[in-house]
Amino acid sequence: MAPDAISGADQRSTLRRLSELIRPVTLAAERGLPVVESLAALLPDEALARGSVVRVAGVGSTSLALALIAKASQEGSWSSIIGLGELALVAAEEHGIALGRLALIEVPQWRRCAEVVAALIDGFDLVLLDARAELRAVEIRRITARMREQGSVLILIDPGLPGASSAPMSRSMSRSVLSQSADGWSPDVVLTLGSPQWSGVGSGHGLLRHRRVTIDAVGRGRSARPRHLEVLLPDRHGSVAASSETSSIVGRGHRVAG
Amino acid sequence: MSQDDRDQDRERVVRSLVVLCADWPLVAAGASPLDVAVVIGAGRVLAASPMARAEGIEVGQRRREAQRRCPAVIVHDADADRDARLFHAIGAALEHVTPRIELSTPGVAAFPTRGPSRYFGGDHALAAEVASAVGRVMDGLGWSDSVGVGVADGRFVAQQAAEQMAKQMSGRGGIAVLEPGTSAEFLAPLSVRVLGRDELVEVLLRLGITTLGAFAALPAADVSARFGPEGLAAHRLAGGLDEQPPRAVALPVHLVVTAELDPPVDRVDQATFVAKGLVEQLHAGLMAEGLSCTRVCIAAETETGESNERVWRHGDALGIGALIDRVRWQLDGWLNGPSVLRPASGICRLSLIPDEVGPARGRQLGFWGGETAADERAMRALTRVQGIIGGLAVMVPEARGGRSPVERIVRVPMATAELAGSRFDSVSDGPPWPGRVPAPSPTLLVEESVRVLDAAGATLVVSGRGTLSAAPVLIECSRCAPMEVMAWAGPWLSDERWWDPAAHVRRARLQLLLADGRAVLVSCENHAWSIEGWYD
Repeated sequence: MAPDAISGADQRSTLRRLSELIRPVTLAAERGLPVVESLAALLPDEALARGSVVRVAGVGSTSLALALIAKASQEGSWSSIIGLGELALVAAEEHGIALGRLALIEVPQWRRCAEVVAALIDGFDLVLLDARAELRAVEIRRITARMREQGSVLILIDPGLPGASSAPMSRSMSRSVLSQSADGWSPDVVLTLGSPQWSGVGSGHGLLRHRRVTIDAVGRGRSARPRHLEVLLPDRHGSVAASSETSSIVGRGHRVAG
Repeated sequence: MSQDDRDQDRERVVRSLVVLCADWPLVAAGASPLDVAVVIGAGRVLAASPMARAEGIEVGQRRREAQRRCPAVIVHDADADRDARLFHAIGAALEHVTPRIELSTPGVAAFPTRGPSRYFGGDHALAAEVASAVGRVMDGLGWSDSVGVGVADGRFVAQQAAEQMAKQMSGRGGIAVLEPGTSAEFLAPLSVRVLGRDELVEVLLRLGITTLGAFAALPAADVSARFGPEGLAAHRLAGGLDEQPPRAVALPVHLVVTAELDPPVDRVDQATFVAKGLVEQLHAGLMAEGLSCTRVCIAAETETGESNERVWRHGDALGIGALIDRVRWQLDGWLNGPSVLRPASGICRLSLIPDEVGPARGRQLGFWGGETAADERAMRALTRVQGIIGGLAVMVPEARGGRSPVERIVRVPMATAELAGSRFDSVSDGPPWPGRVPAPSPTLLVEESVRVLDAAGATLVVSGRGTLSAAPVLIECSRCAPMEVMAWAGPWLSDERWWDPAAHVRRARLQLLLADGRAVLVSCENHAWSIEGWYD
């Protein structure tokens, strides 16, 4: 067949095949979205793997979710938050999230939530989803598939409000969540916060200064190795910092610094 | 570009007439010329009545600033649909002068003068005819002396002339006719601000180029190298030329898109729905050829043969959303306009005819920043989400300033926010707001009432001097079991807006550390405690 006899459709499919072949090789590590240094040890390749679902749970999960997206947001990624109407944008600003690249979506009664999530995945690197969203299993499967294709990261947040069902999970519990979670999501990584310890307040004096928390990461595939980290979240500037003291957890008490 | 080329271009500039109704958004909002009134959109003044301008209110000011200049100002909300619908009457009044009316924004209509001018006996006679026709309509609306008519070489020059006339307010209807070849002299002393491209103008002013004459004197090649196609277009305008060089290429007839509507539709929303598909089709066609469309003709036809045709123009290329808006405006004006102009039957045919196309080119004004592919992708996704759940559900943060976490950064609907520019300058560089809650801030803002109890089970009281009646021991809120207080800090008093009885707030804030490791910010106002936020 002479080259000029190839039809447009043929040409296009050939070109697509060619572009696949000559595309430079990128390792998964290079395709991740960066996270702040003090949280890097939690994740394989020290980055949020594109196409992955991350679940944060426990008291402090909102802060952790904000801290996770801060670095990528600063470096030009767009982030969107679906639901979570209670979120304080001041806290997001303190974590260093670029508010100019942040969109907040209110989903009335979660009716068309799946459609909204799917649309956002096309345009945003980071999608934070309120875990209270009730999605059907088939919708979740579709969203997950779309995410892997588009390479965005979905973070499920259970806001740790008292009275909500999200009791702080133990490590063994979060493992079982990983395999079959009650609400249909099968996250790649589950980050569970525990032993929160605020310091700075006393009996009528001081100021909330920082909170020392432990974070346990369990996951599948590359994140299969359990990781454990202790950080200040939030630190005294409202962002996240490495815990300065070498892990000296003093039980589950509430130490009150004068 | 050599002098010869320029002269050739000038010969080809289309002599145009522009008729301009000053303060059109106010006219459409139903204000009277004697009111001190403004139209506000996205928190800024879009139009100010002559009386409001006399009070010192300027277009572009923030709402609060305008109200500070004149507290009694009447505020109307911006509504582009309303503006366009009412402007249809002006278009209809001009139809006996020329069939080819070109609209850019509601309030401004233009047409080439060559034919009509001969018919009416010269530019002056034509301008007088137009001024009286439009004046009659404006009289009906109560605004008699705000019409400006300009005739000049090129649309931009004519519009500047018309604007000057409308602003002068000398009696009824100002007419300015610039003789052929005088446009460069007319433009030279004007400020570069009339170009209307904020980003470009800003840079020019900083470079010390303040008048159009000075800008036009720059070599075109240098302007093009620094400011790209958009800068070049502005440079051409400043020199009295048309924005785009005249094209020898025939208009792309195959790009015309048409839809037959069967059954005919008589409702605007139905027609707009059809238009959406048409517009996307048009854009796909243009994109495939690397073109963008700066002027488009929208033509609608009814079963009984009535037709409505308007040419719409936009300085930047008409995007999908902008074009759909224009179809809606035009059809809304026609179908829901005054009964004498309304068609007798439903629309059965709708077509979009690209009238002026140019190569699609990127924009590059600043040295850094600007739009990236990621920004564009995100904007597209948000537009789609707006389509799914409605425009008001998509919000963006906006910095406001204040003491409590709720006030400092608020959510505003994306549709009403200014996405361009820096919305967040004031977060870190703003006024200090003494007494605001320092970092770390609560992450979840939940407003609910709560009871803060002391050891004896009595509600805690904060005295006017800021002392607690006792140590807090227990809190009780509706959503959770009573929780023990391990430690607390505060109370911090704030006394805000004491000068305004309606907005006066006096409250005391307290940080509580609870037994389960959570921390919460509570505040007391009028002896009632409420939760402000959780430190999650």
